[in-house]
Amino acid sequence: MKKIIGLVLSVALILSFGIAGAAETINGAGSSFAYPIYSAWAYDYQKVTGVRLNYQSIGSGGGIRQITERTVDFGASDLPLSPAELKKDGLIQFPAVIGGVVPIVNVPGVKPDQMRLDSQTMCRIYLGELKYWDDPQLRALNPAMNLPHKEITVVHRSDGSGTTAIFTNYLDQTCPEWKKKVGTGVSVKWPVGIGGKGSEGVTNYVRRAGYSVGYVEFAYAQQNRLSYTQLKNPAGHFVSPNFLTFENAANTADFEAKNDFDLMMTNAKGANAWPIAGGTFVLLARDKKDASMKTVKFYDWAFKNGDNKAKELIYVPLPASLKNKIRAYWKANGIY
Amino acid sequence: MPVSSRKNPVDVTFSAITAVASFSVIVLVVGILYVLFSESSLAISKFGVWHFLSSTDWDPVRESFGALTNIYGTVVTTILSLIIAIPVAIGIAIFITEISPNFLKGPIGVAIELLAAIPSIIYGMWGLFALSPIMGNYVEPFLQKMTTGIPLVAFLFQGTPMGIDILTASVILSIMIIPFTASISRDSFNLTPPIVKESAYAVGATKWEVVKNVVLPYSKLGVFGGAVLSLGRALGETMAVAFVLGNDHKITSSLLDAAATITVTLANEFVEADKDIYLSSLFYLALVLFMMSFITLAVAKFFLIRAERRFSR
Repeated sequence: MKKIIGLVLSVALILSFGIAGAAETINGAGSSFAYPIYSAWAYDYQKVTGVRLNYQSIGSGGGIRQITERTVDFGASDLPLSPAELKKDGLIQFPAVIGGVVPIVNVPGVKPDQMRLDSQTMCRIYLGELKYWDDPQLRALNPAMNLPHKEITVVHRSDGSGTTAIFTNYLDQTCPEWKKKVGTGVSVKWPVGIGGKGSEGVTNYVRRAGYSVGYVEFAYAQQNRLSYTQLKNPAGHFVSPNFLTFENAANTADFEAKNDFDLMMTNAKGANAWPIAGGTFVLLARDKKDASMKTVKFYDWAFKNGDNKAKELIYVPLPASLKNKIRAYWKANGIY
Repeated sequence: MPVSSRKNPVDVTFSAITAVASFSVIVLVVGILYVLFSESSLAISKFGVWHFLSSTDWDPVRESFGALTNIYGTVVTTILSLIIAIPVAIGIAIFITEISPNFLKGPIGVAIELLAAIPSIIYGMWGLFALSPIMGNYVEPFLQKMTTGIPLVAFLFQGTPMGIDILTASVILSIMIIPFTASISRDSFNLTPPIVKESAYAVGATKWEVVKNVVLPYSKLGVFGGAVLSLGRALGETMAVAFVLGNDHKITSSLLDAAATITVTLANEFVEADKDIYLSSLFYLALVLFMMSFITLAVAKFFLIRAERRFSR
């Protein structure tokens, strides 16, 4: 009996050493929005370096909590933390990739990229003030369209999500009444509408309800051929959501290392910038230098080699200038 | 406890193990309750009990939380699903015990048990993709047409029928709880002494009269207990409801409107709850649900025990 136990223990011991030696692992947790691209990058990274990334897509809230408790090497959040919050928990932060949110509509006869909206109409629709599709404001934006006198069904996310945070931040910044009544958040107190669970829930409700409007991630709208709209950006141009307008938004957004890149990218001022976009962020612990360096190595590799993969999955890679700012930020924090 | 087993070491060990197993359940329940209390203490101290239970505000941005919209959604969907499920379930039970030929009893019984075995996420997907269009396109417009102009009823079916509302959620819930109510009702019906039923038939009673005057009076407490048990199940159902309820924090008089239940709110918002008071309020909400379920089950047990006593007499 003793012999067997001894044998089992020694085998287990050898195995555990073997595993520990064979593969270095980076542990991360958080944003489910970023999960597809992080795992795609991780797959390629492991092939090249042998380092494994173990990423748990538990949601941004969970990601922040886990890195604050130091149970992971990095946390991932769709909402940036403020420098004050970062300081309090001893964290640093940088954006990793950019995603956009697009309004989708379901009005018979309206094709993708046809309807034009602006922040004022979006805000009034989501406040429940603009109730019918043939509202003068909507007609003025779409003079060529024959909009019906039908009630608008408003659809939003019911689960807490970074998509909602980016979308509500867009309304928050452009619409004083939204700021007063609702605000920005992963979940908010919606004045009107029904809540779908996840992008698929929103999409389904929008399809089902008819004469409806919702919002989803750009990638999701693209893959499912949803009727997304054009939006008027702060520069006064109507833009369609695509890689060019997202890149323009990223290029003209004021990401700054001195405030830890704390920026929602909504309403970027570029002439062709898509107004509802946002970065997804990586959080590192100041006091866990080794773990942070491992993570930074991974993201540095992804910044160099991962842009095509990101585009394939319909994420927008960071512009080169921003990548350099981030590298300088890493260096300044002694982890690069 | 049997006296003879007092000294036998095997028996002592055996009783110790069973005792530990049983007590671990109690420890677990108390432990869960303790965690719910301690995690929600922040919200309890900030909002108090009465304010939390009576406030309709659910605003994560302003950090102001109240449970009433969630409690309302939970109670309304549960009651409505019971109203739909209980007559159907009793019908099934009567058919199986009194009417059905023997060769049908097996298949129907198995089908009902299968209904209970379907995971709730599948009910949710089926509800969203199959039931909700049927409700939105046919059933709800029909109900609206039938009830327009009738006071006290018409307001229940106001609004645009979309199939994503309290009514659809209640229909799904009712399908999910029918197996529970039906099987408990069946067992209660079977408790009716055959001699009483045979006597009724002997004096010329029809099947309907026997069921109405003999079987149902004999088993009504058991049926009631079964209904309350399914109520407990309906209170806690999450995934199926989350798909078709519309998840909106509001109190509405129309059954064709979206609402939110406690469990749906927890499932939706727990993952991304980023602030302490938000998380704490969600735990508080869970505590409220725990209490509701506990009270419901206590009532059910009370009635079942009373029913059993009556039959054993």
